[in-house]
Amino acid sequence: MNTIRKIGLLLLIAGIVLFTASLFLSDFRADRSAIESVLNEKEQQHLLDPLTDVLTSTEASSAFALSKTIRSTYTAVNDSLRKSEKWDEVMYAEPRELASRIARASVTGTVAENRGLWLFLTFGLAIAGGLMFILPNVVLKPHPGIKNDHVFQSKATARGWIGWIVFGWLVGFYILLYFYPDLTISWALIADPVSQWIKGQPGDRWFLYGLMYCTVMVVMGIRMFVKYRGNKYQTLRTASVVFFQVCFAFLIPELMMRFNMPAMDFKNIWPLDYDFFFSWNIDQKLQAGTLGLFMMIWGTLLIIVAVPVFVYFFGKRWYCSWVCGCGGLAETLGDPYRQLSDKSLKAWKIERWLIHGVLVFAVVMTGLTLYTYFSGVSQVWFADTYDIQKTYGFLIGSVFAGVIGTGFYPVMGSRVWCRFGCPLAAYLGLVQRFKSRFRITTNGGQCISCGNCSTYCEMGIDVRWYAQRGQNIVRSSCVGCGICSAVCPRGVLKLENGPEEGRISDDPILIGREGVRLNGSVMGDRRG
Amino acid sequence: MTSSSLPWVRYPTGSDGNGQDLEGVQGLYSYQDLQLLEKNTHEAFTPQKRRMVTRAVIVGGGLIGVELAEMLMTRDIDVTFLVREDRFWGNVLPKEEGELVARHMRDHGVDLRFNTELDEIIPDKNGRAGAVRTKDGEEIECQLVGLTAGVRPNIDWLRDMPIETDKGILINEYLETSQEGVYAIGDCAQFRTPPPGRRPVEQVWYTGRMMGETVAQTLTGERTAYAPGHWFNSAKFFDIEYQTYGKVDAELSNHEADFYWEYDNGQIGLKIVFAKDTHTLIGVNSFGMRLRHEVFDKWLTDERSVEYVLEHLADANFDAEFYQRHEKAIVNQFNAAFGANIRPKRKSWKRILAAKPFAK
Ligand SMILES: Cc1cc2nc3c(=O)[nH]c(=O)nc-3n(C[C@H](O)[C@H](O)[C@H](O)COP(=O)(O)OP(=O)(O)OC[C@H]3O[C@@H](n4cnc5c(N)ncnc54)[C@H](O)[C@@H]3O)c2cc1C
Ligand code: SF4
Ligand code: SF4
Repeated sequence: MNTIRKIGLLLLIAGIVLFTASLFLSDFRADRSAIESVLNEKEQQHLLDPLTDVLTSTEASSAFALSKTIRSTYTAVNDSLRKSEKWDEVMYAEPRELASRIARASVTGTVAENRGLWLFLTFGLAIAGGLMFILPNVVLKPHPGIKNDHVFQSKATARGWIGWIVFGWLVGFYILLYFYPDLTISWALIADPVSQWIKGQPGDRWFLYGLMYCTVMVVMGIRMFVKYRGNKYQTLRTASVVFFQVCFAFLIPELMMRFNMPAMDFKNIWPLDYDFFFSWNIDQKLQAGTLGLFMMIWGTLLIIVAVPVFVYFFGKRWYCSWVCGCGGLAETLGDPYRQLSDKSLKAWKIERWLIHGVLVFAVVMTGLTLYTYFSGVSQVWFADTYDIQKTYGFLIGSVFAGVIGTGFYPVMGSRVWCRFGCPLAAYLGLVQRFKSRFRITTNGGQCISCGNCSTYCEMGIDVRWYAQRGQNIVRSSCVGCGICSAVCPRGVLKLENGPEEGRISDDPILIGREGVRLNGSVMGDRRG
Repeated sequence: MTSSSLPWVRYPTGSDGNGQDLEGVQGLYSYQDLQLLEKNTHEAFTPQKRRMVTRAVIVGGGLIGVELAEMLMTRDIDVTFLVREDRFWGNVLPKEEGELVARHMRDHGVDLRFNTELDEIIPDKNGRAGAVRTKDGEEIECQLVGLTAGVRPNIDWLRDMPIETDKGILINEYLETSQEGVYAIGDCAQFRTPPPGRRPVEQVWYTGRMMGETVAQTLTGERTAYAPGHWFNSAKFFDIEYQTYGKVDAELSNHEADFYWEYDNGQIGLKIVFAKDTHTLIGVNSFGMRLRHEVFDKWLTDERSVEYVLEHLADANFDAEFYQRHEKAIVNQFNAAFGANIRPKRKSWKRILAAKPFAK
């Protein structure tokens, strides 16, 4: 069994290494027709000839060289247009996007020629390896019961060198994915066979990312089933997040695109879905007729009805731990790292400033967006709506949610994004804190202050602080993952929905000290 | 009270195992023991020295022994567990519960031996623990011996001081020792007259905490007697959690009767002890099933009958959401055994909240 696990680990690593190496295995041989096929009218006029000149005169080149050539040509042409003051002809394409379109049309090499094989060598090996690593635990640890043995000794889960390598890889992956479409053509090719099959179109990096996201969540979801088997709450909510990711975030939108409908992730809610009110989205939806109109109404109802009502009855967990894709990745891929979250008061303070700051940012940006949409004026005071949207998309949508939010799992614990950055989590949290039936009940005086709960709380909540005082845990950030309750060795914690009255218990008097009274004073308050 | 006397006034001194002196023999009572365990299982037995710890023998069948066993098994060390009595934790757990825990430990691969007593620890050629011999003459080879049998207050350092001691430091109901301004609490304290129904020395976590809270109240100006309320305790045996409320002794006394239910998988169990004549609840043991502290505490205070308890068992359920519920099965078995006709009621938040201490 241990041999199977070792082989599995090797296969997994091989899959990831090949996936990374694939980026260096594609060549690009652009000819005039390829260049022509991806340029739009305005670009064609100025770029076709110069690009054809520089690109077809050279031999096949690497993605990096190709992109560099295209970008410098593009800049040179634009500069000369500016110089000759042909303002209305200046191009506003994203040079790297342009380079990636040309690269996609002119790619050759082993990955391009053997897409199916490469799909197998990357996804196939990684999935097989991952499962071979995970499944033997059913036999090796035949008894249900959560085992976190060695997490603080392992080089992978205690910020050892393996953790730092994974950190570096994830950060690098997200930077390439978000900002270097021109260098990641091989990845789009790997996703090609699946993309053709599901949506009947060539694969691109976003399809690759969706496919990868789902694959990781399914495989790591299986790990959750094995690790937390015997705990129904964990099993059900894991099944739920995986289902919502695979169907709602991935399959349904991709299939809708196949059938030329406007695509929508029906479970994504503003302000996490920050471009929901962007004019291109509203226009696209409204042009699509009844279905599009329904989508706009559905999305709006989620914001103003579903969030408050469901959070009132079930707490924010209904979304964060049962539905959300970001939460889903944190709960599956991030589970081995949950103990790394910072429990200090300082971290909590930073968290509150950051997450509510992002919420304010999202609300202001959306306000400006709607103002611009209805008034047609994009300049508001000193700010330009489109600049602000761009800044938000870059800083929050890409850097915070992706590079930091996921990349930092191995050093800051899972849920970095959910805890510090997600504006929807902030909104759900406000409702949870002030108007909800959800709480984590502390079981009388049973807490032995062991600290397991705080250790494994991915949101950095010092659960023990409340439990050892006999207080219920009511915190805006609690995503209701239920792990604190699952790892408590004394049956002290229970996530439940009940009457609002008695939900918050300030009374620090535990059962079993009938002699002690505190004259009604409250020993410290630590809710937020 | 002078400030220099504070450290030994306020800090309980804990307890010691009854030691034996070979290297590789140890107890598990303190942080230092934990460090020693790390050393005994790691550094001292590196592969270079060609002596890895592959088997440990634990002596003494109680809570600390199981925890040590579980810790050693996470390091892939096989464990033989010698218990002098005929069942596990025999001075605390009734027979069925002892068997449930023993079965679970054996499932996990512990070589558990009852009616087996340690005779001698035999050194290897390096003078470290190399094997144990039992009273029956069997030799068990091992590289580590855990002694977890007796725990006694560690108060030897107090002997020359003018404070009255017996097994522990003697105290009255205000936790005051024979010296004015000096208090003793926790594992090292011994009541001259214990609270009703309680033992003079109670070496558990919760009583230590409650004594601390009581003495704190006194030190801040309001002399307060120790009033621990109904007994409760908890533990975890590998994957099975255990909670107890009220009094469940290893053997029933003459005026007590009991009811025991166990789930098919043999890992969930509930024992209720009640008065033979009045059927008043006396205590409950639960295994693999979480129970609400407040609710049982209230039932004990209100002297509810076992029938009332079973009827309202759903109020006391504290398992995580979506867990299988057992109230019906439990009540059915009780009805069959005692010719009763109880119909379990649904959980009521109103009753649960009314059980909160100091609920208005
Ligand atoms: C392995 C193990 C498992 C247990 N499991 C459970 C359980 O499941 N449930 C339960 O209820 N109880 C359990 N207990 C018992 C429980 O841990 C103790 O009853 C409780 O910790 C006692 O608290 P205390 O404050 O009296 O003593 P301790 O926690 O022992 O604290 C005594 C402190 O005094 C310090 N000290 C000692 N001498 C001096 C000195 N001369 N000067 C200054 N400082 C000194 C020590 O360093 C120590 O910090 C367990 C105990 C052990 C060892
Ligand atoms: S408090 Fe518990 S349920 Fe809430 S996020 Fe932390 S571990 Fe999860
Ligand atoms: S895990 Fe349970 S016993 Fe341990 S500190 Fe948290 S609530 Fe208390």
